[in-house]
Amino acid sequence: MLKPAAAIVGQVVLYGAFAAFIGYFATNPIYRQIPDDIAVLKLSFSHLGERECRKRTQEELDKLPRNMRAPMDCPRERSDIKVELDIDGENIVTHVMQPTGLYKDGISTMYRRILVKAGTRKLSVRMQDNVKEEGWKFVKEETIDIKPAQALVIDFHPDKGGLFIK
Amino acid sequence: MKTGAAIHPLVQVPFQRCEEAFDRFFGGDHNPLRHLGAMGLFLLWIIVGSGLYLYIVLDTGVEQVYSSIGYLSEEQWYFGGILRSLHRYASDGFILVMMLHLVREWAYGRYTGFRFYSWITGIPLIWLAFVSGIGGYWIVWDQMAQFSAIATTELLDWLPIFSEPSARNFIAPDAINDRLFTLIVFIHLGVPILLLATLWAHVHRISRVDYLPSGKLMRGTLLTLLLLALLKPALSDIPANLATVATETRLDWFILFIHPLTDLTSPAIIWALLFSLTALLTVLPFLSRRKAAPVAVVDPANCNGCTRCQADCPYAAVTMAKHPTRRTYQVAVVDEALCASCGICAGSCPSSTPFRSQETLHTGIDMPQFPLNTMREALEQRMSALSGQTRIVVFGCDHGADVSQVASTDTAVLSLICAGMLPPSFVEYALRTGADGVMIAGCRQGGCEYRLGERWTVERLNRQREPQLRGKVPAERLHVSFVSANDGKILAHDLTEFRARIESDQHLSNKLQPYLRRNAHHA
Ligand code: HEM
Ligand code: SF4
Ligand code: SF4
Repeated sequence: MLKPAAAIVGQVVLYGAFAAFIGYFATNPIYRQIPDDIAVLKLSFSHLGERECRKRTQEELDKLPRNMRAPMDCPRERSDIKVELDIDGENIVTHVMQPTGLYKDGISTMYRRILVKAGTRKLSVRMQDNVKEEGWKFVKEETIDIKPAQALVIDFHPDKGGLFIK
Repeated sequence: MKTGAAIHPLVQVPFQRCEEAFDRFFGGDHNPLRHLGAMGLFLLWIIVGSGLYLYIVLDTGVEQVYSSIGYLSEEQWYFGGILRSLHRYASDGFILVMMLHLVREWAYGRYTGFRFYSWITGIPLIWLAFVSGIGGYWIVWDQMAQFSAIATTELLDWLPIFSEPSARNFIAPDAINDRLFTLIVFIHLGVPILLLATLWAHVHRISRVDYLPSGKLMRGTLLTLLLLALLKPALSDIPANLATVATETRLDWFILFIHPLTDLTSPAIIWALLFSLTALLTVLPFLSRRKAAPVAVVDPANCNGCTRCQADCPYAAVTMAKHPTRRTYQVAVVDEALCASCGICAGSCPSSTPFRSQETLHTGIDMPQFPLNTMREALEQRMSALSGQTRIVVFGCDHGADVSQVASTDTAVLSLICAGMLPPSFVEYALRTGADGVMIAGCRQGGCEYRLGERWTVERLNRQREPQLRGKVPAERLHVSFVSANDGKILAHDLTEFRARIESDQHLSNKLQPYLRRNAHHA
């Protein structure tokens, strides 16, 4: 060991280095997530696909036990859901969401984070939750002035009129 | 493992040098690098103490968390604010100390054999520590929290855990709710409790755990953290706003470094890295080809059940049971799975005295790879070969300075498994059978491979612990050096000084009465 005075000076320096190290890296260096002129667009859904139901005929219904005579015959399985997103006419996302669950009877979900340059952009989203049908069941088009660092969401809510951009 | 065996000396030597440099300023007992586990526990108590206060004042509503924490820093900076800063900086210190502790144990090759259990139980601690830390930052609900919450959930969503992406919880300002916040607080409380429970398991096979650093080291550390808290109080960023992205955030790099790393690579790479590192740490003990040394063996015929070996064993490997032949007596029993093969118990046994006249020395508890009888024979044989004016016997330790370097015509050396294996009666024996001086080269303070060897050696020689060095042994003829494997020069220097001291000291006529075992036996 060193002489007490020298040892104390050494200890002060080492404790100081410890404090400086912790104090600095607890907040610095500043982390830059995205460049200045960029905004984030989150394309995310959590939605149940359609089921391919069929109306039972009277004959079929009669054959069923009384307590099971539901007019519609629905399989457990749900349809995939198709999604497309264009920005300024250019296709950015084409995706098919599959239902979750062992029997493909659960919700279909997606979450995609897309970086877009700020400015006026035309967004068009299309969704079809029954792939047996032709075309698109839900379509939303909007021209938005996107600000830098803005976080936009494209989601679907059946009670709020389907697709929305926020 | 070949590569492991090749790498860890590359880290061990620099680590050891740093530790020894710290010794110069702190001394072994107060050296933080020698007590990293205890430092971790101390920081954890600071975290728990300050955290309890933060929890009391915290309002867990989404709207209220930010202001209730901010209130501490602004209105109550002299108390709540300081506790908040302590909570943050002690957490960063904890992560730092934990990582150093991990690297140190690895570098010293301390992950196999009897240490397997400590090593394996250490691995979940790393995960728990980071989960607690990351969760803690979310509670502030400022921009850094928002960034971390989104980055973490996006990372988690790469794994097939949730049926609905968890990142959807933070997708828009109205997505988040009070219930989620209560859950986050609950996790930040629950995971540390799990961490404490795992820590209990981590140390429970060790006896006399280094639960807390020395008072001096604790005061120094606390004072340092308090000063840091005053000079650079922990503050919140601007409030979280899910309608925007924080382009630039401050970041706690100790805890949140994983987010930039994910941005730089990809979730797949990060998970592969995390899982393979965890797997690597887990299999490391199995890859080692180091052979386990034989464990201590009890000879009931020479054991009187005094429990000294139980008291001295650093790994709680000795328990007491009913003696097989002597009624009302106990006998020591060694648990092979726990035994570190250190020999400290052999040094503690009252039967371990070379003055016993039997041809073969038997003791109560002994090491098959280096029995006390072999130790006595080697000592007698090497001493009989000595010549010169001042004959010195040096007892060393296989893990400390290499004593064979100082062997010469007037110096006999004997390296033990651990200095703690030396029964003090051997010192007296050497002095009474022809040695002019005995030197013991133990490890540096706090540097014992088996944790407690150097401590017990000193206490036994200072007559503070059984078996004590007998009172008749003159202190001038005994010298203890604390030397690590890097201290060969210090050892040689100490020996030269010791010899010169003996030679120059006029009062040293106090030689002990000679003892001749074989004559005594035949008489
Ligand atoms: C969460 C932070 C941790 C704390 C607070 C902690 C604390 C401790 C303490 C107090 C000891 C006993 C030291 C003694 O009495 O000599 C110890 C021993 C040990 N720790 Fe940890 N530990 C932590 C994490 C880890 C990790 C991550 C690993 C490695 C995977 C690890 C590996 C070991 C080993 C191998 C020993 C045994 C040392 C010996 O037998 O000589 N620890 N730890
Ligand atoms: S050799 Fe060491 S670990 Fe094993 S019983 Fe003896 S003192 Fe305990
Ligand atoms: S120290 Fe020796 S005598 Fe005492 S309990 Fe242990 S083995 Fe038996």
